[in-house]
Amino acid sequence: MLRISNLKKSFREPDGARLPILDIKEFHLGAGEAVVLMGRSGSGKTTLLHIVAGIARADEGMVQVNGVDITRMPEPGRDRFRADHIGYIFQTFNLLAGFSALENVLLGMSFGRGKVDVGRARQLLERVGLAHRLTHKPAALSVGEQQRVAVARALANRPKLLLADEPTANLDANHQQSIIDLVRETCREEGVALLLVTHGAEIAEQFERVEYLDRFNQVVGAA
Amino acid sequence: MSLWKIAWRSIQQRALASGLTGLSMALGVALVVAVLVMQGLINASFLGPNGFGYNRIVGAKGSKVQLVLNTVYYLSSPVENLPYSYYKEFTQGKYKRYTALAVPVCLGDVYEDFRVVGTTPDMFDKFDYDDGKKYAFSSGKNFTADGFFDAVIGARVARETGLKVGSEFQPTHGVGGHKHDDGFHVVGVLDETGTPVDRALFVNIEGFYLLENHALPDKPLLPEHSDEHAHEHKADEHAHDHKHEHADEHEPAANVAGAKPHEHAEGAEHEHEHAHEHEHEHDHHAHEHHPLPESQREVTAILLLTAGQPDLTASFIAKDINKGTIGQIVSPVYEIASLFEIFVRPSEYMLLALTVMIVIVSGIAILVSIYNSMSERRREIAVMRALGAGRGTVMRIVLLESILLSLGGGLIGWALGHLLVAGVSPWLNATAGVQIGLFRCAAEELVIIPGLIVLAAIAGYLPALVAYRTDVSQTLSATP
Repeated sequence: MLRISNLKKSFREPDGARLPILDIKEFHLGAGEAVVLMGRSGSGKTTLLHIVAGIARADEGMVQVNGVDITRMPEPGRDRFRADHIGYIFQTFNLLAGFSALENVLLGMSFGRGKVDVGRARQLLERVGLAHRLTHKPAALSVGEQQRVAVARALANRPKLLLADEPTANLDANHQQSIIDLVRETCREEGVALLLVTHGAEIAEQFERVEYLDRFNQVVGAA
Repeated sequence: MSLWKIAWRSIQQRALASGLTGLSMALGVALVVAVLVMQGLINASFLGPNGFGYNRIVGAKGSKVQLVLNTVYYLSSPVENLPYSYYKEFTQGKYKRYTALAVPVCLGDVYEDFRVVGTTPDMFDKFDYDDGKKYAFSSGKNFTADGFFDAVIGARVARETGLKVGSEFQPTHGVGGHKHDDGFHVVGVLDETGTPVDRALFVNIEGFYLLENHALPDKPLLPEHSDEHAHEHKADEHAHDHKHEHADEHEPAANVAGAKPHEHAEGAEHEHEHAHEHEHEHDHHAHEHHPLPESQREVTAILLLTAGQPDLTASFIAKDINKGTIGQIVSPVYEIASLFEIFVRPSEYMLLALTVMIVIVSGIAILVSIYNSMSERRREIAVMRALGAGRGTVMRIVLLESILLSLGGGLIGWALGHLLVAGVSPWLNATAGVQIGLFRCAAEELVIIPGLIVLAAIAGYLPALVAYRTDVSQTLSATP
């Protein structure tokens, strides 16, 4: 599902020098597989997710998602690909404040080639236990409920790959577990590959495969 | 979810700021609409090419504009008169073959604040108004040629004076003059036309001639008689606007003169005596009336519909009429249009330019409102980009937001503008006899919608560019 080869990414510093962030020789993730990615703060985990999602561009290397090398795509192509094949859960939920829970989920399917399926959006919200909160705006939802909406939104476009960037970082312990359970279960049900970034060891130990970015990122002393 | 809905949600999220910018746009557009409608209406009312049923007016030499204002709009002071024989040139004489219809009008009397117009039944039987509409009566019917003292009245006259079918009224001789002894019998009330006809009373021209002081001195009378007569008239000093103290010089007289209606009949002394017998007879229904001899008649103007191709024919006879010493032929449309171009149009343009400036300022307010919101919306834009929206898509969303604000405000303003116009309609109708419907639209209003879209696109471009350039990765990585 996801294959990364010889990926390099650096950022330009204010003085013009390049600061290398990522240098990954090889990384892969099978279809329907769930992997936890751990690493120190600033080690490049979010940057890696952005590159895989096509939000950021790699300096070098190949990122193949569902058999398509997205590093060769122009930006509009990557946008469309993301809209059709990739789901994304943010640490800070990032629900749009002016939209109801249902509309936030509908947004997840508004930019791809698939049709906007209100029935599926409702079904997803029911699945995450929010059938009674469809019309509520984010401000009227608890943080746990907001992240559930974010999970439903990330799955709305029937992605092949779900990227979750510390989805439990802003939640208390009870909500953390319920969200992790929810993400894993729904990914399993939908056959979605999951790449989940977390700092929580207790979360990581629930997964069969845990990768430490520092181990396969060749950048010495990254961050 | 459509981009329109996404844009609308964004507007809703900033309801206060959006509402205020939309309101400023609404007020700007309302002013533009009001100005356009009023301009269009005034233009249509005064300049409507086929709005009168006739295409030319023939009157005495003098101010053309005054002739038109007086004859068509029943405004301004009365003008000089034409000999009746001149009128007959159009019905029986050398202009007959160029004439489709010639209707005489005599002016000079008033009833309360409204002008009394002496004319023939053709005025309402044969003329139409406002591009082919036939005159209709809300009650009663048109007067007939033999009903000398019959009259029909405009809708507003009926409303404001309380006159109705069966009522009698006595015109006053000139503005502020004395009341005539003879009265007219209302036989019809016209439907509202939205034209100056609404605020006038139309009496049978035969009865009009028979009112005291409305006949010229009988031609066969000795000069001394005429002079004396004119002297009496002058000494009278009633406020009537008749300028002819020398009636034997063919100066105006239909609306003036000095003779009592029954004093001069058919030029015979016998008739003259007969008239004297009835000098104090006020009940005109109590005896048989004799038409005033043509030699004692004048007309204020002739409403003329020329034959064939009307304007071409009118141009043809205009040379002959205008080179003479008696009359002139004028196009009411042209004269009023000229008046408008000189005095009204520049102020109209200035007013319109000011209101358009207000709309442009409202457009700038939209720009400022959306642009100021962009810093707090960067994250939303970045999230939409992360969900797969392209740069062009988020740019379109911002542009649509600008268009929605502009169009929404504009449409509210459009309705507001028409309500505003409808609100001042009674006042305009009262002061100028011009009637406005709530949904009367000016053709220029068609430009408002595309104009607003263009304005919105320009206003929204800068914030849309900010959306376009948003760095998704950087924005998402930043702490919210």
